[in-house]
Amino acid sequence: MASVLVACEIRDGKLRKATREALTAGRRLAVESGGRLEAMAFGSSASAAASEAGAYGVKKLWVVGDSSLDPYQTETWTAAAKGVIDQASPGILLLGGTAAGRDLAPRLAARIGVGVASDVDRLEWVDGNLRARRPVYSGKAFATVVVESRPAIATCRPSGFPAEEGDGGAPEIAEVSVTLPAPRARVVEVKSTAGGELTIAEADIIVSGGRGLKEPANFSLIRDLAHALGAAVGASRATVDAGWIDHQHQVGQTGRVVSPNLYIAVGISGAIQHLAGMSSSKHIVAINKDPEAPIFRVADLGVVGDLFAILPPLTEEVKKVKGSH
Amino acid sequence: MNSIVCISQVPDTEARIRIAADGKSIDETGLKFIVSPYDEYALEEAIRLKEAGGGEVTVLTFGPERAAQALRECIARGATRAVHVKGDPGGIDSLGIARILAAAIQGQPFDLIFTGKMGVGTDNALVGPMVAELLDIPHVSVVTSLEVREGSLTAHREIEGAEEVVESPLPALITAQKGLNEPRYASLKGIMAAKKIPIETRSLADLGLNEDELRGSRVVIVKMELPPEKAGGRKVDGADPAAAAREIVAYIQAEAKAL
Ligand SMILES: Cc1cc2nc3c(=O)[nH]c(=O)nc-3n(C[C@H](O)[C@H](O)[C@H](O)COP(=O)(O)OP(=O)(O)OC[C@H]3O[C@@H](n4cnc5c(N)ncnc54)[C@H](O)[C@@H]3O)c2cc1C
Ligand SMILES: Nc1ncnc2c1ncn2[C@@H]1O[C@H](COP(=O)(O)O)[C@@H](O)[C@H]1O
Repeated sequence: MASVLVACEIRDGKLRKATREALTAGRRLAVESGGRLEAMAFGSSASAAASEAGAYGVKKLWVVGDSSLDPYQTETWTAAAKGVIDQASPGILLLGGTAAGRDLAPRLAARIGVGVASDVDRLEWVDGNLRARRPVYSGKAFATVVVESRPAIATCRPSGFPAEEGDGGAPEIAEVSVTLPAPRARVVEVKSTAGGELTIAEADIIVSGGRGLKEPANFSLIRDLAHALGAAVGASRATVDAGWIDHQHQVGQTGRVVSPNLYIAVGISGAIQHLAGMSSSKHIVAINKDPEAPIFRVADLGVVGDLFAILPPLTEEVKKVKGSH
Repeated sequence: MNSIVCISQVPDTEARIRIAADGKSIDETGLKFIVSPYDEYALEEAIRLKEAGGGEVTVLTFGPERAAQALRECIARGATRAVHVKGDPGGIDSLGIARILAAAIQGQPFDLIFTGKMGVGTDNALVGPMVAELLDIPHVSVVTSLEVREGSLTAHREIEGAEEVVESPLPALITAQKGLNEPRYASLKGIMAAKKIPIETRSLADLGLNEDELRGSRVVIVKMELPPEKAGGRKVDGADPAAAAREIVAYIQAEAKAL
């Protein structure tokens, strides 16, 4: 069987979490399909990822080291990825479901003439085909798809797979030279918006605030708890539409669909569009003063009470526990 | 400025989803359908460009009979032309849909193509960039702000914790993210106008497409299911805030193992 190829993203010299998750999923598929795990990395720090990739079980790392591949740009990365795929002929190609991964996958797939299973949270090799499960209707249903084209391309939902190292030494490195186009759409600037804050797409814990916070300044209660837990800050659409917080934080059907290990909903009623975006979280805690609030239907632990009274002692308690480790 | 806006008609976001008898699709009986929410941002942006500098706003959909209603809503908001490629999307994957849209666009004059960031329902976020690739034009995805000049554009694109500023020549394709604008409601005048503007229809054969080839499935849905019912959670009284705080921390430690 042909190889499983994972497209790497590197940040500050390290593989991004979404990449490590895709590598872990890919390693399992390689075992199931009898192929081997390979990866491709682009840009000036591509080779630096080699030892980490090896630890995740990558046997061969395809490198296009051209510095014009930093940062991610659609057209240069599409050309680089196509160049590697032409040589590596993988049976499966996995990408992390990041902003870059979800931009690259469809463009690359259309260039090759194949389909994509988007935002998958389960992958299996069954009867010689890639079979993937993906949430649809914002998590109100799950579709299982079979990818019949080659390479079979899938983007992995952030936090949908664990990131676990395997065993393996340094991978073989194959430098590939690709003629890169001068991109028509060019990234001319990257502006940080989160100010170093964790983003909800990648966080293991999310603390989300809703209209129950009463006014924008009270988001500080959410931030304090999030900070103590090492969590990202989420929000309901009502607070985003009111301009209390930027829409990058919005969870739900028209925000981001998230599935962290722990989701804490504070002062959020649990409208169907919000539930759609978070009910696949592994553990859910809700704080709401209305015992009938629909959020309690999905909460593993529901606390009926006043958020203004509960959040300050909760944040203190978390700090205490963290301090005692 | 001539824009083409790709519109997908999707189940209302309020809708409860039921699985159809075939176990591979959703049961559409009684479902209300709407213009996919992100496509509303796409349409609004195109209408604003037309209002500022003239030109046409063509809305384009591929879908069954009922999709005509989505196009009518778009005309009521200000689209000036509507094209309905009729067909059953069942069994056609995203690349197939992109091929249909690209074929319908081929030969039409345009400066910009707009799609939604993602079809709410399919949740694929694939069709836009695929159409751009098939037409060999640049694209910018997940756009939250757009400035269009003669022959070029500047777009802000949302990425994790940051925003990219992207410049591109025209023609180009944009996928619209929430925040791009505030979509308008249809006006009475628009609703009247919608009755006058005809919806142009095309068949797949008109576009020179072979239906079997499009269905020559690449990504095939083999099963559709509802998420497992959540086991009933625990509800506690938070009248004593300190006790509630301890209870939550104990849960986080014991169950989520996150502390
Ligand atoms: C097309 C469409 C798409 C949408 N997409 C999204 C989406 O992506 N994400 C999303 O979130 N919404 C979305 N919505 C909006 C959604 O329908 C709700 O309006 C929204 O989620 C409500 O936000 P909320 O829970 O913060 O506010 P509310 O519904 O007003 O709830 C506030 C809650 O706070 C509680 N509360 C008040 N005071 C306190 C207190 N002192 N202590 C504890 N609890 C308190 C109240 O009991 C109440 O339950 C969408 C709607 C539409 C039509
Ligand atoms: N059948 C369709 N007809 C017209 N446009 C579509 C269709 N399907 C998808 N699109 C466009 O592509 C975008 C992304 O859809 P998707 O890739 O399905 O998430 C949508 O927001 C629409 O703008």
